[in-house]
Amino acid sequence: MPLDQIHEGGIATVLSIGGGRQLRSRLAALGLLPGTPLEVIQNSGHGPFIVGVRGSRIVIGRGMASRIEVE
Amino acid sequence: MPNPQKRVLKIAVAGNPNAGKTTLFNNLTGARQRVGNYSGVTVEVMEGTLQRGDLEMHIIDLPGTYSLTAFSEEELVARDFLLHENPDLVIDVVDASNLERNLYLTTELLEFGVPLIVVLNMSDTAQDRGIFIDVQKLSEELGAQVVPAVGNRNRGTAELLDAIVHWDAHAAELPGPAGKCRAAGPGVTSLVAVETGGHPAEWIDYGEKVEPALAEIAQHVPPRDHRRWLTVKLLEEDAEAMNELPDPNAREAVAAVAARFGEDTGADADTLIPSGRYHFIEQLVGFVSRVVPQRERTRTDRIDRVVLHTIWGVPIFLTLMFFVFTATFALGNPFMGMIESGFDWLGRTISGFWPVGAASPLKSLIVDGIIGGVGGVLIFLPNIVLLFLAIAVLEGTGYMARAAIVMDRFMSKVGLHGKSFIPLLIGFGCTVPAIMATRTLETRRDRLITMMVLPLMSCGARLPIYALMIPAFFPTQWQGPVLWIVYVVGIVLALAMARLLRATVFRGETTPMLMELPPYRLPTPVSLLVQMWTRAWLYLQKAGTVILGAAVILWFLTFYPKPPADMPIDPVHPKMETTTFSEMPDGGAKQSIALQYSVAGRVGRMLEPVLRPLGFDWRINTALLGAIAAKEVFVAQIGIVFAVEEADENSEDLRSQLRALYSPLVGLCIMIFALISTPCIATFAITRQESGSIGWALAQAWGLTALAWLFTFAVHQVGLLMGWGG
Ligand SMILES: Nc1nc2c(ncn2[C@@H]2O[C@H](COP(=O)(O)OP(=O)(O)OP(=O)(O)O)[C@@H](O)[C@H]2O)c(=O)[nH]1
Ligand SMILES: [Mg+2]
Repeated sequence: MPLDQIHEGGIATVLSIGGGRQLRSRLAALGLLPGTPLEVIQNSGHGPFIVGVRGSRIVIGRGMASRIEVE
Repeated sequence: MPNPQKRVLKIAVAGNPNAGKTTLFNNLTGARQRVGNYSGVTVEVMEGTLQRGDLEMHIIDLPGTYSLTAFSEEELVARDFLLHENPDLVIDVVDASNLERNLYLTTELLEFGVPLIVVLNMSDTAQDRGIFIDVQKLSEELGAQVVPAVGNRNRGTAELLDAIVHWDAHAAELPGPAGKCRAAGPGVTSLVAVETGGHPAEWIDYGEKVEPALAEIAQHVPPRDHRRWLTVKLLEEDAEAMNELPDPNAREAVAAVAARFGEDTGADADTLIPSGRYHFIEQLVGFVSRVVPQRERTRTDRIDRVVLHTIWGVPIFLTLMFFVFTATFALGNPFMGMIESGFDWLGRTISGFWPVGAASPLKSLIVDGIIGGVGGVLIFLPNIVLLFLAIAVLEGTGYMARAAIVMDRFMSKVGLHGKSFIPLLIGFGCTVPAIMATRTLETRRDRLITMMVLPLMSCGARLPIYALMIPAFFPTQWQGPVLWIVYVVGIVLALAMARLLRATVFRGETTPMLMELPPYRLPTPVSLLVQMWTRAWLYLQKAGTVILGAAVILWFLTFYPKPPADMPIDPVHPKMETTTFSEMPDGGAKQSIALQYSVAGRVGRMLEPVLRPLGFDWRINTALLGAIAAKEVFVAQIGIVFAVEEADENSEDLRSQLRALYSPLVGLCIMIFALISTPCIATFAITRQESGSIGWALAQAWGLTALAWLFTFAVHQVGLLMGWGG
């Protein structure tokens, strides 16, 4: 399911990342790749969407989060 | 005589954003470059030198980058430096509390084949998080010296210097640049390098899918520096890497291999390669470090829960801003009074050298021009210092990045993303570094829009204007709110203009938000004071140079030419006789006529038809013209005009003179116009440099001036209708 559907505190693993290669390699440089485990730190209504990846906190736009498939 | 023994080493400091590179650079060189707890503080290459025995080290601080693939201007700066400037040695600053992500760049640098010393910075934070790293093991695995450090407490600096000297001593014994990266501490050899048959640059085995394709590409890459790295980048179809291949046939062949790779394997090279790197890193980190799991949520997450709240985030931000600006004002006032009386005393003392009542141009130049002008600006030093302190706190704690996220909602409404808000906030200090900071934005469109509207964020140099005007026209309880309103008008106009530009000149898709959130840190008092002082010192230097120069010039323009003695003066009453200038009695009327005869008076008068509808007279007009040199000059010129105009020596202070001449509405209009209109010359120059064309700088200057006129006109006219003009 898309990442933005995961509730706060939820833990998931990235399956695939949609969108262009530019986006993929930017996320890769930040450590977010297929197979990477992540934790949703903040996800409420229209507020910011924050995930924890490899020990750092990353803010992701909602549009982008909806293109990341996780399980 | 040149020392034949002297050797020069070019050492680059590279690493992820916010890893502490500049902190370390400052520690090494004694420089005072900006540091701050968010990504993208450093956006250009900074150099400092350091002497150690016969070794001269040129240390170069680079902007932070997550990888050697550049997405934004400042990352490009870092990558281009590493690629084209051939540093002898790279100090790779790694955030030890975030090892995996930070080692990604390290693997790329190793693949790049440049000699490395790895600094494990933020060792304190790592320890707090229960992360323990075996430095010796890491050093063995990487084949490079590893130095633990705590940059903000200046720990590890001496060890780093020793490591550099050690590397230097051993590098000379090793052949070729590739060999240098095996010069790892005494008795340490790289296991990996030995296993790969002495090719330390061939680090990571990307597996059976990728390696054959890499081998095929390598055939088309001529032997050169960074060959392995380039080969990998070529498979990733990196456009910049392609430009490194001179032979068009080779380029075609490489493109064919890369295209075939996707079809054959059904996977993307730009996913497989980073995966290969992270796979290697995960193993390495597992081998060299031990984590005692910390279950509870970190303090940072808890604070963010409040500060980034969907509903409360924005009010918290606005309240903080209100607090910052009013505190700047309220706390600064007592000190301001002290400096003011200091300059008063100085002026009186100097006047005392001349006989009473004597009209000496030199006395007037010193007392009215220099003390009235420069002194008038320096009075506001306490406010400026406090403002800079507040900004240093915002930057040092990490709230800066949060403000960007809170404002993201508004920013996306105008078609930008929250990251653009960081340069805007820096603009509260000074527009020039803020325009530099737009380098962190990824698209040129976002950069240009942000640059164009940036001068609307009221900079520190405009604060003296408000600090002069507000107490002159508004009762104490209104002073804070009025100041805040001026700042908010700037923010709102900036957003509105960005929206307008986005809908007209810069149409297109929005770039998605993606940003790292730094953990909150408590800045050390010393670092805050250093930051504050460095910026305050710049303000003082500016007062001693640009402002002083402008004040002297403006004094001349305001004082000369003098009306000829026999200039006929029209009678005030029709019944009275026409007199001449010299026959007039000394006093206000005579001074006023002299002023109107001067260059400044005439220029100011010429502008009156244009600026009269905003409520300005010629005095204000000349001061506004002066503000183009630097915004504070406005205050200096107002000081000069009123000092020259003073009928007698002991007239009231400047503020009561202003109050006598203008209504509070005009006072407000002056502030608004000064806020919006033409940015100073320094802003013009930096906009030209960063946008790459004088056209944008001109568009910015004229556009903002037109906006200033329209907006101030509206405020003034509406104010008059409402009956506030009295
Ligand atoms: N706790 C801790 N904080 C540190 C350490 N070193 C630096 N800092 C802080 O970390 C923040 C980032 O430091 P900078 O030197 O600006 O980082 P940078 O790598 O130059 O960042 P960019 O220029 O944005 O790439 C600042 O707030 C420093 O005070 C350290 O060893 N421990
Ligand atoms: Mg820096």
